[in-house]
This record gives sequence, structure tokens and C-alpha cells, in this order.
Amino acid sequence: MLGGECGVQEREGTVAHHGFTRREFLRWAVAATAATEFNRLFIPKLSAAIEQAVKEYPLIWMQTSACSGCSVSVINTIHPSIKNVILDQILPGYQLYLDYHSTLMAATGKLSTDTALETASKYKGKYIYIVEGAIPTQSDGMYGTLGEENGKPVTMLTWVERLAPDAMAILAVGTCAAYGGVAGAKPNPSGARGIGDVLAALKVSTPVINIPGCPCHPDWFIGTVARVLLYGLPKPKEVDEDGRLKIYYGKTVHNRCINRDYLDEGVFASKFGEPGCLLELGCKGPFTNADCPVRQWNSGVNWCISANAPCLGCTEPGFPDAHSPLYQRR
Amino acid sequence: MKTQVTVDPLTRIEGHLRVDAMVEDGVVVEAHAGGTLYRGFEQILVGRDPLDAVQLTQRFCGVCPTAHAVASSQCLDNAMGIMPPDNGRTIRNLIQGANYIQSHILHFYHLAALDFVRGPEFPPFIPRYEADYRLPKATSDEIISHYVQALQIRLKAHEMSAVFSGKMPHCASVVPGGVTVTPTVDKVTTFLWRLKELRDFITNVYVPDVLTIAEVYRDYGEIGPGCKNMLSYGAFDLDNEPAVIRRKRFFPMARLQNGKLLSVDPSKITEDVSASWYKSASHLPPASGATLPDPAKPAGYTWLKAPRYDNTVYEVGPLARAAIANASAGNSAHAKLISDSLTQLRMTPDNLNSVMGRHLCRAIETKMVADAMADWVLQIKLEQPVATTFSLPDTAAGYGLWDASRGALGHWISIKNKKIERYQAVVPTTWNASPRDDAGHPGAIEQALIGAPVKDPANPFALARIVRSFDPCIACAIHLLTPSGKLLSQTRVI
Repeated sequence: MLGGECGVQEREGTVAHHGFTRREFLRWAVAATAATEFNRLFIPKLSAAIEQAVKEYPLIWMQTSACSGCSVSVINTIHPSIKNVILDQILPGYQLYLDYHSTLMAATGKLSTDTALETASKYKGKYIYIVEGAIPTQSDGMYGTLGEENGKPVTMLTWVERLAPDAMAILAVGTCAAYGGVAGAKPNPSGARGIGDVLAALKVSTPVINIPGCPCHPDWFIGTVARVLLYGLPKPKEVDEDGRLKIYYGKTVHNRCINRDYLDEGVFASKFGEPGCLLELGCKGPFTNADCPVRQWNSGVNWCISANAPCLGCTEPGFPDAHSPLYQRR
Repeated sequence: MKTQVTVDPLTRIEGHLRVDAMVEDGVVVEAHAGGTLYRGFEQILVGRDPLDAVQLTQRFCGVCPTAHAVASSQCLDNAMGIMPPDNGRTIRNLIQGANYIQSHILHFYHLAALDFVRGPEFPPFIPRYEADYRLPKATSDEIISHYVQALQIRLKAHEMSAVFSGKMPHCASVVPGGVTVTPTVDKVTTFLWRLKELRDFITNVYVPDVLTIAEVYRDYGEIGPGCKNMLSYGAFDLDNEPAVIRRKRFFPMARLQNGKLLSVDPSKITEDVSASWYKSASHLPPASGATLPDPAKPAGYTWLKAPRYDNTVYEVGPLARAAIANASAGNSAHAKLISDSLTQLRMTPDNLNSVMGRHLCRAIETKMVADAMADWVLQIKLEQPVATTFSLPDTAAGYGLWDASRGALGHWISIKNKKIERYQAVVPTTWNASPRDDAGHPGAIEQALIGAPVKDPANPFALARIVRSFDPCIACAIHLLTPSGKLLSQTRVI
């Protein structure tokens, strides 16, 4: 079942029944944006696509001890565009239903958290549960709460206990969700932990894929989701010992760095803004597994080392503590 | 009869927030706002290398990391007695300016607009509180199409920021002394082209959409007035004057109390904790502030501290910057854009103190910043230095005051043995969403909620509209929060 077909799900039980259905909206949105050459070219294809049966996957995206940076990063996706991801299809023939995402959803208050519970019970074993942020575990999780029931706040830890067991898969988006990250940095006053640790303690065996990064790169997220939708869960050999897909995290930043020529020539930057290999300014490229040198960031306009800024090692379980002081050679 | 209305979680804001309001005869008579997450950044920063603060404090918030990067760098610049060279100053402005645009467009279309515009019939647009959608269908549909367009256009603003910052969110190139990035002609070119697209969108789509909604929801030009005292630290340095209070800024540092334009003395800022869950002393200035949590404190009802300027409640953010521009001498471009918009809406400057006023001021300053950046980017001097060198002192103290897109942001550091001895940040949302202070005065959002109409306690959309007009960023604010919520439930009165 894992990663397999969910089939077309009939959506019902919603509060509002006015205006567009998703398909009407898409048809209309295509027309509304038809002013550009690009869209005109693609209208026939899109129109054909929306008539076909589409596999639909409910998604619960829960922000826990987080800064929202991973959400803000993921919406920077270009292929597919975020419009495709939210409103259309993440892959041709595959739709995500963003049933719960507290920053984007229209609903607020209890109406919003009820939606998450409804999705979990209705689509048992079929929904994708995305966790963005670490889980506060100190004092029974009281350092982080989300909504209340019977006058008592519901902890994020409780939400994980409720939503994790019946998910098809859990995606830990960002280094906080995967390993604790900055939220779990020493002395970690809230006891913030990565979802893998928390599930182990709760004895929940739902598969978890880590997509670390501070923030998570949109391509890493989209690619991991596509892996699950198209081919099911990754095989053990495709995942490294830190639970990440090797296609994104299989080589070090250092091995593919644009500053290798400086290293070979022994040219090291000794102060900010100076050209040279950044090792003496604390670059953690040798200890960091990520494809930033070839993928780059923000539609490929730049990345840390290209801006003469040392790699902080933000995709690693040791970020930030094992990499501190950030600007000193390890 | 009084009814308690609780909205928890209040969605479509950054972070985790709840609002409790007491409603009597269909009107809010008392309100409390509080965050529901604790991360303990101040504790995490103690003992670390001071340079690391610039990176770690960005992780307060993924929507506005640039503001923390700049405030933290300026805090260290101040502690070390250095100033960035012209290029460093300009490039920091560009990184921050691009993120103002990104943040404001995201806030209006993707966080706030669904309060006024009915979205399509699938998640995340449903379920929703179904009430008070007043726009004609054609107009509503058009604004929803702009919601989609805005998703794409805001990422270009992020790209502009990344051109000079390395990546976004969490910029890599901002450091004490300036920036690390080497400016090149292709960076300037790619920045200018993206800026052109954004300026078109802001002028021809964003600002007109806000005016359209403001025209239809005219009553929201009066709802949610708030405390009407305004504070701005100013933003975008235009010279290299070391003293921040004398530095020329694109948005000036100033405050407005009872309609009077006054200067800012940073020593008058204190944080009260009598209504907050802290056992540390109340009314301390941030430079000597302490953050000792006490979740069982009986008088506490929230986890934010209450920052005050000279014992007075202030609102911060785009409205504060606009009100200060309006009250300043001379007919500035900022003031003119505001007065033109008010004329078009047949409104007065007092209408700015409202839900619609905040949205309008946010849109107008987006245009201000975008237009100005076209000049700033051409002030970059290729092959000139981007950073000043420094050596970290054994002992030092400093502060950085800078307006984030959401308002006044202050960072305070003290360094001992080349390590962080103390770090305190007072962020915009701590000002706006602050609790009662020692004198019992409610915070800015709590005041703005008073008088809000709530006809149906099961559907309190006016409360959400008011809170969202402040663009709260709880991830920023909750670095000061402590856990629990137990007492909140005890204080419920129905």
C-alpha cells in the first residue's frame, strides 16, 4: 500500500458550497492567465489533462517548533510551479489536497484543526503527513501547543501521536523536523526533537523520509514527494544513514565546490568579502551532504558559497551545534 | 451577557497564536492575545560565538530573516564600533528591500485576502468561516487570479534578495562589517529586471486591489483603530553615520504620541513582565533584560513580555511608518501617495488607524521601497569593498535598531570573553501583540480588538481580520514565550 495508488477520492463534508469546483477553477485560471505567450502554448495540454482521472493525495502539513522558513522556501518551487502544486497537479495526473496547512488555509481556529482530524480518519493509511519543525517534548510537550480541547491546550506532541500512526508516510521537512535543528540547539530548553526520535519513543513505525536543510530546498521537497507518488517509498539503498535521499544528499558540498581551484592553488579567504576557498572562514562544505553546488538556490540565481559565504552545514544532523562556531575552521 | 470567544489556532499568520475575546452585546469589550510555542532563543545564544548570532537569529523567522540578519549585524557593528563601507550598506538595503516586497505581497494575497475574497471550492480554500464576502463575483474572481499571480511574482522578490544574499530564506552573505558577496554587473542586471516586473505588479495589481477591497469594506476603515501611538526605528541606511539616532534613513526613526512627532531615545525602552510568565524583574531595559520562565506565575496570562516606550503602548509596522511620514514636515513622496489614496477613497488620515488603513499603508510602502531600489542598486560600486575588517573584542556591548517589514526590531548583545554573555531581541510582534504592562494597559492588538463587532460568536471573522491586519509573526515573538496555557482556561468566563 505504501506509496501506491489512493484512487480518486470524492471530497465531501466541506463547509462552503459556493463558486468554483477545483476543475472549474483550473479551467478558469488557465483562461485568466492566458495573456502570456507561455500559457497560450500550454492551454491545450492543460485542458486535456484536467479532463482525465487524477490520483489525489490528501496532505496534512503541520508546523511545529518552526520558523515557517521551509514553507516559504517550498513555495519558491519553479518546476512544478507552486500554482501547480497547490491548485493543479504536482505531477501530471497526481494532485495533492492541502487539507491542513496553518499558514495557507482559509479556515481558522477549531474549524482548521477539525479538518486535520477529519482527513486522518477518512483517509486512514492514505494521507501524507508533513512535519515542519521540531517537536517540543519537555514537560509532556507543553512548550508547544496547537488548538485546545475542553479548555485544555493540545500539545504538538499529541498531534504527532494522533496523526503519525495512520499516515501513509511522514516527510520531515527541514533540519528541525528531521534532527531538531536550531529549535533543538543546546541547551534545548523546550526539549525539541526530530520526528524520527519522537516516533521511536512513541513506538510508531510509519516510514519517515527526512528532507533536511535550513531551509529545505524546494526541489528536494518536490522530488521526494514525486519519488513516493510515482514509485512508492524509496528502497533502503536509496536512503543514507540519516534518512535522506542520496540523489540529493549523496555527495559533499566540498567535492563539487566552485572554489576547488582556490583550494588547489592554496588561496584561502581570511576575511569576509575576500576571494578564495572559505575553509579558514569556517566553511563546513567537507562535512555537509547536499547538492547545493550543482542545484543552487532561488531559481538558480545564487547559493551560499557563490556569495562568498561559508557553508554552514545546514542539512546535517549536527547543525548548528556540531558546526559551531560557524565561522571558525572545524 | 458576556460570551468568551476563543480563536485557536489563528491561522494565516506566521506561527502559533490564540485570541480570547470577551463579547458583550455583539461587541468585544476585552481581549487577550498570546502565543503557544516556546523555543528559548536567548538561552540558546548564550555562550556562543558572537558572529553566530547573525545566522541563528535569522531562524527566529523564515518570513523575515533578512531583518534579523541586518539588526543582528548592526548590533555587532555597534558593539565593535565599525560601520560597513558604502557597498555593504547598499547591499544590505537591497537584501532587506527585496524581502519587504516579498513579505508584503505574501501577507496581502496569501494571508489576508481570503478574509475578504471567497476562494475556490477545494483545500486549502475550504473549509472556511462563511460570511461577509461582499465583492461582486467578477471582482472577487479577479483578485483570486491575482492570488495565483502573486504566488509566482513573490518568488522573484526572493530571487532578488538571493542575488545578493546567497539564498533565501536565511541569507548567507550578511555579516558584521557589511556583506560577503562580490557585486558584479550581471547581479545588478538580473536584479533590475526582476525589480521591473515587481514594480509593474505592485503599481498595477497590488495597490489597486487593496483600494478595491478598501472601497467595498469601508467600515473596516474604522474597525480596529488600536492605540494610535506609533513607533518606527526607521530602515534603509542612506549614510554611514555611526550613531543610529542621527543616521539618515529612507524611513526615518521617529515616534508619534498623541499626534505629536517626537524623537526616539533607545534608553526609554523597557519590557514589563507582570502579566507574563517570568520570574525575572519587570520593567528592565533590553540591554539588561532577563528571561527566567515561571509557568506557574499566578498573575501571568501570556508568554510575551510587554515592551513599552516611556511606559507607553506603541504600534509598530507599515501604519506607524506611514503615520510618521504623514506627520513629518515637507511633502514627501510617501506622504503624497498616502494622501492621494485617501482622497480616492474619500477617507481622512484618521481612517488609517484601522484594518484597511494597515493594508493600505503596507501596499503603499511596498511601492515606495520598490521604486527606491531602482536607484539604490545603481549606487553599487563594482570592485569596491563590501565589508569592513574587524577583530572581536573581549568585552563589548551594542544594539541594532532597524525596522523589519512588520515594524520596529531591536537586538541587544553583551559580549564577555569573546562569547555572547546576553542576547535580547524585542521584535515587532512583541510590541503589537504584547500583553498588559505593569500599569495594566493592554497591548496594541488587544486594544485594537476592543469595540470589534462579533454578531455570531461562532463566526468571529472581525477578530481574525483585525489581528491579521497587523501581520503578526509569532515565530519571531515566541523566542520570548514560555509554555502552558493552563491558566488561560481557568480565566474563562462565559
